[in-house]
Amino acid sequence: MNFKTSKLLGTAALASLLIALPALGQDAEVAEEVVESLSEGVSADVVFILNSFLMIFGGVLVMWMAAGFAMLEAGLVRTKNVSMQLLKNISLFSIAAIFYYLIGYNLMYPLGNWTIGSDDTGGYLGAFGIGILEAVGITADDADDFGYAATSSDFFFQVMFCATTASIVSGTLAERIKILPFLIFTVVLTALIYPIQASWKWGGGFLDAMGFLDFAGSTVVHSVGGWAALAGAILLGARVGKYNADGTVNAMPGSSMPLAALGTFILWMGWFGFNGASQLAMGSVGDVADVGRIMANTNAGAAGGAIAALALTAIIYKKVDLTFVLNGALAGLVSVTAEPLTPGLGTATLIGAVGGVIVVFAVPLLDRLKIDDVVGAIPVHLLAGIWGTIAVIFSNGDANLGVQLLSIVVVGIFTFVASFVVWLVLKVTMGLRPTEDDEALGLDKAEVGVEAYPEFR
Amino acid sequence: MKLLIAIIKPSRLEEVRQALNSLDVHGMTVTEVKGYGRQKGHSEIYRGTEYAVHFLPKLKVEIAVDAAQIDAVASAIKDAAQTGRIGDGKIFVLDLEQAIRIRTGETGTEAL
Repeated sequence: MNFKTSKLLGTAALASLLIALPALGQDAEVAEEVVESLSEGVSADVVFILNSFLMIFGGVLVMWMAAGFAMLEAGLVRTKNVSMQLLKNISLFSIAAIFYYLIGYNLMYPLGNWTIGSDDTGGYLGAFGIGILEAVGITADDADDFGYAATSSDFFFQVMFCATTASIVSGTLAERIKILPFLIFTVVLTALIYPIQASWKWGGGFLDAMGFLDFAGSTVVHSVGGWAALAGAILLGARVGKYNADGTVNAMPGSSMPLAALGTFILWMGWFGFNGASQLAMGSVGDVADVGRIMANTNAGAAGGAIAALALTAIIYKKVDLTFVLNGALAGLVSVTAEPLTPGLGTATLIGAVGGVIVVFAVPLLDRLKIDDVVGAIPVHLLAGIWGTIAVIFSNGDANLGVQLLSIVVVGIFTFVASFVVWLVLKVTMGLRPTEDDEALGLDKAEVGVEAYPEFR
Repeated sequence: MKLLIAIIKPSRLEEVRQALNSLDVHGMTVTEVKGYGRQKGHSEIYRGTEYAVHFLPKLKVEIAVDAAQIDAVASAIKDAAQTGRIGDGKIFVLDLEQAIRIRTGETGTEAL
């Protein structure tokens, strides 16, 4: 913190000391020492407090991204499927919270207690056990990791990342998936698939040991969500009437551009917590400056992506496509997520811009491959996520292109294959799709029983 | 001249439009409506309260045609809109007394 703030703290400490020790004649001397020591930096207690606060605050912002996903998806599906989309979003978020606590957290952060592997030779499978927070009202001596932050703040922050990964999948598969197989898949994704691959990097596993860099999760969160969505989309098939036999595509415009835009802005804001709090530290001059830097770069990435998409659609289609601009901003955010700290603002903007370009070209490409991605989650999260992971090398000298690529491939194969197997089992056992009649009627009526836009009945 | 009103399932609109195009019928008006015939509605539950939903979404397609064409047009709509399941809809044919093209003032079958 800067000198002004430390002076303020010093004055507050002085005031409280004077109130607390009115009888001592040494008040003035003690107070002076306190003020001096505070202006040199903060005590270990305050470092712990500030680190924890960063993650508490960041966790709240990342949770807010759930609202962003919900609104974005609600706006991009047709009216008859809006309730279903909202139901999927709130359900998957809750499932993530429960299963990350039950299994995921320790699987992802075994703290050295690997089931398969070790910190030295490379960790592959983390620890099994429910997540346990520190007791109520700990002191510095009770803390699990006094040099870092409160376990509660760490868990709170990380559970939101797990939920974010799951919410990426719901957008792609919208309008033609039954709720039950989707929720079952979410259980497996949040309990096993996400935590296992995340442990390889953030849990100190073998990818981390190789020097893989992914600051806030272009690969670990976004591409993972994208791979899971891709596997699902392939097995699920497109919406009825989306693709014609002759290869032409039928547009199915979303029901609410205001909701889609609102969702995008909410995601943009939540991303400040997603990237900013991933610094995991705010107790020093350098750390808090880094947090600010990360947030500024995150913003720059979004802006770059949005403008790139705006310009590109204007050039290609002669008219600017709002949904592409929204997707572009998100792709820009995903692109800087792997390294939002080291680039300058210009570089961050350009990295985000490339994300926006990727989206504009990838969306029609998916349609040509007959992969029906209702909201563009695969281009935004998977493809921009891969780009973001590679782009680390442009600003971070510690990054190794080979290691980044290898990690992309390893995480990609693991996630895609695991997801594919789960989707396949669900398809074969309970089926993924509603009947054609139900799909035409709309999932709000068919499965949810609450219409988003009911009229006279 | 006749005015043809067809109540169809919303998912059949594109097929009906293409069928009419191939008969050289190039104008129609479509309205979103709700209705029921023999197709029953269903019941839903909202916050613990069950309620009946009687009306189902349909599309009303209105076309003005030359009397000579009416059988061909009605038949084309019927074939295009049919799914074989209850709720396919109905076609009504009314006499149309006059038609006027606003841009040019043409009347009668010239305006169709």
